[in-house]
Amino acid sequence: MNRRIFMGAGVVAAAALVGVGEYLMISRTEPPTPLTGGVGGAFRLIDDNGKPFTNRDLLGKPAMIYFGYTFCPEVCPTTLTHMSAWLHALGPEAGKLRAVFVTIDPARDTAVKMKEYLSGFDPNIIGLTGTPAEIATIARDYKVYYKKVPIPGGSYTMDHSSFIYLMTAKGDLAGLIDYGEPDTKAMAAIRRLLRS
Amino acid sequence: MTRMTRALALAGAMMVAGSAYAQPVKLGALTITSPWVRPTPPGAPSAAGYLNIVNHGSVTDRLVGATTPDAASVQVHEMSMTSNGVMKMRPVPGGLAIPPGKTVALAPGGYHLMIIGPTQEFKAGESVPVTLIFKHAGKVAVSFPVANGPAKPAGAMGAMPGMTMGAMPGKAPAKP
Ligand SMILES: [Cu+2]
Repeated sequence: MNRRIFMGAGVVAAAALVGVGEYLMISRTEPPTPLTGGVGGAFRLIDDNGKPFTNRDLLGKPAMIYFGYTFCPEVCPTTLTHMSAWLHALGPEAGKLRAVFVTIDPARDTAVKMKEYLSGFDPNIIGLTGTPAEIATIARDYKVYYKKVPIPGGSYTMDHSSFIYLMTAKGDLAGLIDYGEPDTKAMAAIRRLLRS
Repeated sequence: MTRMTRALALAGAMMVAGSAYAQPVKLGALTITSPWVRPTPPGAPSAAGYLNIVNHGSVTDRLVGATTPDAASVQVHEMSMTSNGVMKMRPVPGGLAIPPGKTVALAPGGYHLMIIGPTQEFKAGESVPVTLIFKHAGKVAVSFPVANGPAKPAGAMGAMPGMTMGAMPGKAPAKP
């Protein structure tokens, strides 16, 4: 089965960004084959302990990366709960995989907030935040769509891409896990990633 | 609680859901069933509430809002997922229509009560008092159990109801 999906590449949150309206077409195969180019790049963020975390810190181990925000009441906590369950199911092998939660709402998701929130999930999950410009950079490079949407009462929600990115130890995209993907399929993809 | 046991508690809480069976709540022509609130991660700035509303009457009513002493505010939201995997969440303009003769579900992957600014963490086994506000039927107090799915009648077994996109597949890990 070979599905093709379009990932929105237009990061509209930052008007300074170029490439709005550009789309990256990713060919997905089952089992996923490594996809070349197009996703990833240099970034400089801070982790949930307030320590610098750059693209170099992702290398050397495969990684699963999710972009979301803590104000999200359903999709993000559900995804992080699944990621926690997968890491638990991996047992000792979980140490061979990096798990990362990048906020696309850095105005609210400070390092302190991320640390508190992630204390409810698997301890291997690293929270990343940064300045709005730094988040815009990683979102652009990972083709993550996000957009601030005001709601009554002065607050706002974020539209955002809901994939989990599976990245090789060398920093190449190996595949995606969709929201709502059955645990058995997700675990198979993660185990393939760990063998790659 | 350690981080790991917390994670397991979140993932596994659905296994204990269903211990309490909430009685249907009647308000005029409306019947409210299966209320539940998702447990929140520590410090979460929002929570989601779900329920079913049956309209036995002959005119459309509207769920226009809700209040709770356990949060700053409550809104009626719709969550949607685009074909390219973008999650969106929006207030329902004018409130959620409850047409006559119909049951409207607020369930994962669709409508929810957006509970903004919980005053405390919502933990499985607790409950959240919510006052629902309808355009015609008025107000009604409903207790929302905190669980990973709607409560079932005692003795009911089988798949968790409402297993639409966004709900937890029933694959909670065993405790070590
Ligand atoms: Cu919402």
